[in-house]
Amino acid sequence: MHIEIDEIAKEFGATAALHPVSLRIPSGALVAFLGPSGSGKTTLLRILGGLEEPSQGRVLFDGVDATGLRVQERRAGFVFQSYALFRHMTVFENIAYGLRARPRATRPARVEIARRVNKLLELIQLPDIAGRYPNQLSGGQRQRVALARALAIEPRMLLLDEPFGALDARVRKELRQGLRDIHDTTGLTTLFVTHDQEEAMEIADLVVVMSMGRIEQVGVPAEIRARPATDFVRDFVGA
Amino acid sequence: MAVVLARPARAVAPTQEAPWVRRLLIGVVLLLLAVLVGAPLVVVFAEALREGWLVAVASLGDEDARSAILLTLAVAGVAVPLNAVFGIAAAWALTKFHWRGKALLLTLIDLPFSVSPVVAGLCIVLLFGANSLVGGWLVASGYPIVFAVPGIVLATMFITFPFVARELVPLMTEQGKSEEEAALTLGASGWRTFRTVTLPNIRWALLYGVLLCNARAMGEFGAVAVVSGKIRGQTATMPIMIEMLYNEYQGIAAFSMAALLTLLALLTLALKSFLEWRHADQLRATGRH
Repeated sequence: MHIEIDEIAKEFGATAALHPVSLRIPSGALVAFLGPSGSGKTTLLRILGGLEEPSQGRVLFDGVDATGLRVQERRAGFVFQSYALFRHMTVFENIAYGLRARPRATRPARVEIARRVNKLLELIQLPDIAGRYPNQLSGGQRQRVALARALAIEPRMLLLDEPFGALDARVRKELRQGLRDIHDTTGLTTLFVTHDQEEAMEIADLVVVMSMGRIEQVGVPAEIRARPATDFVRDFVGA
Repeated sequence: MAVVLARPARAVAPTQEAPWVRRLLIGVVLLLLAVLVGAPLVVVFAEALREGWLVAVASLGDEDARSAILLTLAVAGVAVPLNAVFGIAAAWALTKFHWRGKALLLTLIDLPFSVSPVVAGLCIVLLFGANSLVGGWLVASGYPIVFAVPGIVLATMFITFPFVARELVPLMTEQGKSEEEAALTLGASGWRTFRTVTLPNIRWALLYGVLLCNARAMGEFGAVAVVSGKIRGQTATMPIMIEMLYNEYQGIAAFSMAALLTLLALLTLALKSFLEWRHADQLRATGRH
C-alpha cells in the first residue's frame, strides 16, 4: 500500500509538534524516520496509525483519503516503544487478540486462529513460547511477540515506534536483520521511528530525516550520506 | 594440606542491621499491634461472650438488632457498587487523557478524607432536609432523604468515595495507556478494550479498593449519625445501634453487635487473602496488588 502525507501538521496546545509536512511513501518500502527526540517523528507515526488526530492536512492510503478513518479501521499494525504487550495474557492470547476482537461475521474459527498464531510464532522463530506471560520473556522476545501481534490482524502497513530502543546492543543488531527479513517476507509497507542513524542507514530503503517538526531530507541511505541537504543532516548523520 | 577459611568479620551481611536492632524493631511493631489492634479485638469478643454464646446470639436476634444488621448490609450493598463504578470512572478520567480541571477533580476526590464526617452529614441535612427547597419537595412527594435510608446511603457514599479512586489512580498512571492503544490498533472497540485490557490490569487494586470501601461503609458512624435520625428498627445502622445500646448500659447486646461488625471486617480481609492466594499466578503476571 502506498502512503501519501499531505500537509500534515500537529499542535499540542500552543506548541507545534509538526509543521506542515508532505511525503510520498511507495508501496512495499521499508522507511526509517530518523531524528532526535522532539523532532516529530513519533507524532507523525501516531497520526498515520490513527492514534493522534492531525491539526490539519490529509493522509491517503492507496490514494484514498484516510484522515478521518478510526484507528480500528486503519488496519495498521503498530509496535509500541515498550511493546505494550497485554501483561495478563499469554503470548498466544496476545497474538490472537486482534483476530478475536473481530466482529463475528469476519472472525476466524477457533482452530483457524490457533493455526495462524502458530504460524506467526514460527515466523518470529519463537515456536515454543505460546504459553508464557510477557514478564517471562526477554526484551528481544517481547519485541518479536509485539511484531507477531501486529501482523496477526493482516495489516495494510506496519508502524514501529523505536522498535529497538529498549534492547541491548547485541540483540539490537540481531533483530535489525529480523525486521528486514520479516519485511521482505510479508512485503508490507513498513515505517519505523529511530534516533539511531546507523540503524536507519543499515536496513531502510528510504530514510526520512526529521528535526524540530520538519522533514530535513528524504532519500536512500547512500544519497543522504553522500549529499546531506542541510547542516543538520550533515551533523546528525556524520556523527 | 590445611585450608584456612577466613572468618567473616561480621556475622551479618553489610546491608543488614545488627541483630539487636532488628529484634528491637520487630518487638516494637509487635507490641504496638498487640496494644492497638489485638487487645481491642480480644476485649470486644470477651465482653460479647461474657455470659455465653446463647445470650450473645439471642441479643442479635432482637428485632431492632436484626433490622440494624440488614440495614447496614443493604446500605453497603448499594453504596459500594456505585462507588466502584464512580471510582473507575474518576480514575479513568484522571489517568487516560488530558483535560482542564483534572487537578480540581483530584482535590475533590480527596475531600471526604479531610472533611469531618459530621460536617458531611450536616451538609446533606442542609441540602436535602425538610427545610430546604429540594428536601421540602421530596418530603411532600413522599420520598424523604434525611432521617431515611436514602440519606444514609448518600452519607456513606460521600465518606467512602475516595477508596476505589485512590487505589486506582496511581496504578493506572503507572500503567499508562499504551496497552489500551495497542488494543485499539488491533481493532478492539472502546468497550472491549476496557473489558479485556483495562479491567484485568486493575482488578486487584479494584478489589482492594472495594474491600476497603466496604469495610468503611459498614463501619461509618459520624455522617450517618447526623442524617439517620437514629430511629430504632428503621434508620439505625449497626454502628449507631451499638452506640445506643452502649449508652443504655446493655453491655452484652452492644458488644455482641460490635463483635459481629468486627467479624464482617475480618471476613472482608479473609476474602481478600483467599483471592490473592487463589490467583497467585495471575497476580505475579500483572505485577502489583
